[in-house]
Amino acid sequence: MRKLMIIGASSAIAEATARLFAMDGDRMFLVGRDSARLEAIADDLRVRGAAQVATAIMDATDDDLHAGVVEQAIAEMDGLDTVLIAHGTMPDQATTERSVDAARAVIETNLFSVVSLLTLVANYMEQQREGLIAVISSVAGDRGRKSNYTYGSSKAAVSAYLQGLRNRLQTAGVHVVTIKPGLVDTPMMARFADKNFLYAQPARIAKGIRRAINRKRNVVYLPAFWRPIMFVVRALPESLFKRLNY
Amino acid sequence: MGQNRYQSWGRYPKAEQTVLKMLWRHEPIPSSDGATGSILPFGNGRSYGDSCLNDGGTLIDTRSLDRFIHFDPEQGILRCEAGVLLSDIVELIVPRGWFLPVTPATQYVTIGGAIANDIHGKNHHRSGTFGCHVSAFELLRSDGSRMLCSEIENPEWFSATIGGLGLTGVITWVEILLKPIMSPHVLEETIRFANLDEFFSISEESDTTFEYTVAWIDCTAKGERLGRGLFRRANHGAASLRGRRSTKYTAQVLPIVPSALLVNRISLRAVNSLYYRNQIQARRTRTKHFESFFYPLDAVGRWNRMYGSRGFLQYQCVLPHSDGASALREMLEAVAASGLGSFLAALKLFGDKESPGLMSFPRPGVTLALDFPNKPKARDLLDSLDEITRTAGGAVYPAKDARMSPKSYQVYFPKWEEFARYIDPRCSSSFWRRVTGPAE
Repeated sequence: MRKLMIIGASSAIAEATARLFAMDGDRMFLVGRDSARLEAIADDLRVRGAAQVATAIMDATDDDLHAGVVEQAIAEMDGLDTVLIAHGTMPDQATTERSVDAARAVIETNLFSVVSLLTLVANYMEQQREGLIAVISSVAGDRGRKSNYTYGSSKAAVSAYLQGLRNRLQTAGVHVVTIKPGLVDTPMMARFADKNFLYAQPARIAKGIRRAINRKRNVVYLPAFWRPIMFVVRALPESLFKRLNY
Repeated sequence: MGQNRYQSWGRYPKAEQTVLKMLWRHEPIPSSDGATGSILPFGNGRSYGDSCLNDGGTLIDTRSLDRFIHFDPEQGILRCEAGVLLSDIVELIVPRGWFLPVTPATQYVTIGGAIANDIHGKNHHRSGTFGCHVSAFELLRSDGSRMLCSEIENPEWFSATIGGLGLTGVITWVEILLKPIMSPHVLEETIRFANLDEFFSISEESDTTFEYTVAWIDCTAKGERLGRGLFRRANHGAASLRGRRSTKYTAQVLPIVPSALLVNRISLRAVNSLYYRNQIQARRTRTKHFESFFYPLDAVGRWNRMYGSRGFLQYQCVLPHSDGASALREMLEAVAASGLGSFLAALKLFGDKESPGLMSFPRPGVTLALDFPNKPKARDLLDSLDEITRTAGGAVYPAKDARMSPKSYQVYFPKWEEFARYIDPRCSSSFWRRVTGPAE
């Protein structure tokens, strides 16, 4: 039975993933910004079989609260062995090109808050010499492109950070999973009107996340077809890539 | 998924509408900037006609309201959000010894839709409609007000919303009373009958001892064979069946069929006859997993594509007992003579348990359900069936309708004007505009 903390628990992907772990009878600690939303999810997870669900209200960018929330999770569940970091923001690219503050906000949310949380969680798990950390990064971090490179660069940094963390924690028996979803039909993507065949439902991504966690995978693309796509995208020479329009 | 999701199960008529997703039950009905057009809650799109469409307006997609709220496994009381599918409920409750009090022939409807259409099932003669088992729900109006509705609180809104086709506002959550079962299996008996008289006598005999009854009839048969078919009756299994390995079907999705060519006079006759002759014995008893008994068509996935891109028309009517038998005979003769036939002709006696719903469709009598390819000839036939239904004092099921005239509707549902007072000022549907529009 896992003792699972989820940051960004009311995101569509996190909620779908939590349902799967609830059916396994796990204990969970949900962290999010909106208490009514968290309570709605917590009730649902209890009905679906979670052994215990506790919640905490926190804006992930408020890093003064991080240590307290991690301690609270450990106290509530009497331990902590799995962490899923699922919060994030997808900005309008053009806005971040006009405003450094807007770009900074993206980096704060998608990168710095993750680094802050990972520092606390990694040190805790390294000490207990056991645990698993899963973080939702993105295929957008595999290569920067003009339509979303602010978001993409924040995710690229997360992916690189996780690589190093995985390398560091390996000897401590702590595992790090990097999750790279492609296009997912979630509220975060609501402004993109045309949901084509590349869009996956959150429930499908959730199954992939649970499998990756249970099998201790290192880096997963979800759905898996994004792996060969991103292989090609990464392999294109920059002299060609810079001319592309997508 | 994509836009494809926002059509009705009969794939006719087509509609253009803006879609807004409602994600949280405690938050307001979503609206787009400056939107003034009408809105209609949308569940899983399993209504056949246009009652789930709002051409030129907005659909409020409630499928994301798919959270459970509370389940009491001792008392069998379940509270959940309105967009939860019956399949999700069944998955949760069957292993705990409970079942839906009433279920339609597909588990892929939302519980909000089950209330809005006040659906019925094979146990109508015992348990009435779905609405009979709803203890409470919350109704969210477009002005932001919320009403707790039950038989005691806001009873007139409770009554108007059950069978209210989503027009009274958005149902956000629902509480229902479940039924205890001892086993996930049912004991099913299938009896062949040669004509309508036999159907009525087997029905009357079975309805006292069997919880679930329904008949399939060969609607291509004429003359002495008119109304021949197979009668299915079943009860939930006893505790001794509990440990049996469940034989779950695997869902398959019907590939896209380019046209309605497959559904023609010859194939109809062949399928109907083969189905009737499939069972050689006059009587057969089987133990079935509940899914294959209640939801056989769910295993075929999108069987609605069978009729091609023009879609198909369903016709389900109820004919009151007084002269139901003769009206039914007249109807089946008209269908057989038309040569249009139907793959899925179902016949059942409704009981007299009254629904709390003001606009509920079921009433005591015999109900017949047919489907036809969407052709002008079929529409003419259905117009003539409507005449029979009107004369008999019956009604047609709005959840399956795409074509009845305002005149027919207003005869079938004489309380429609009383109901109209409860309609949310911003709610409307393609169906409602059609059946309350000017008579042709």
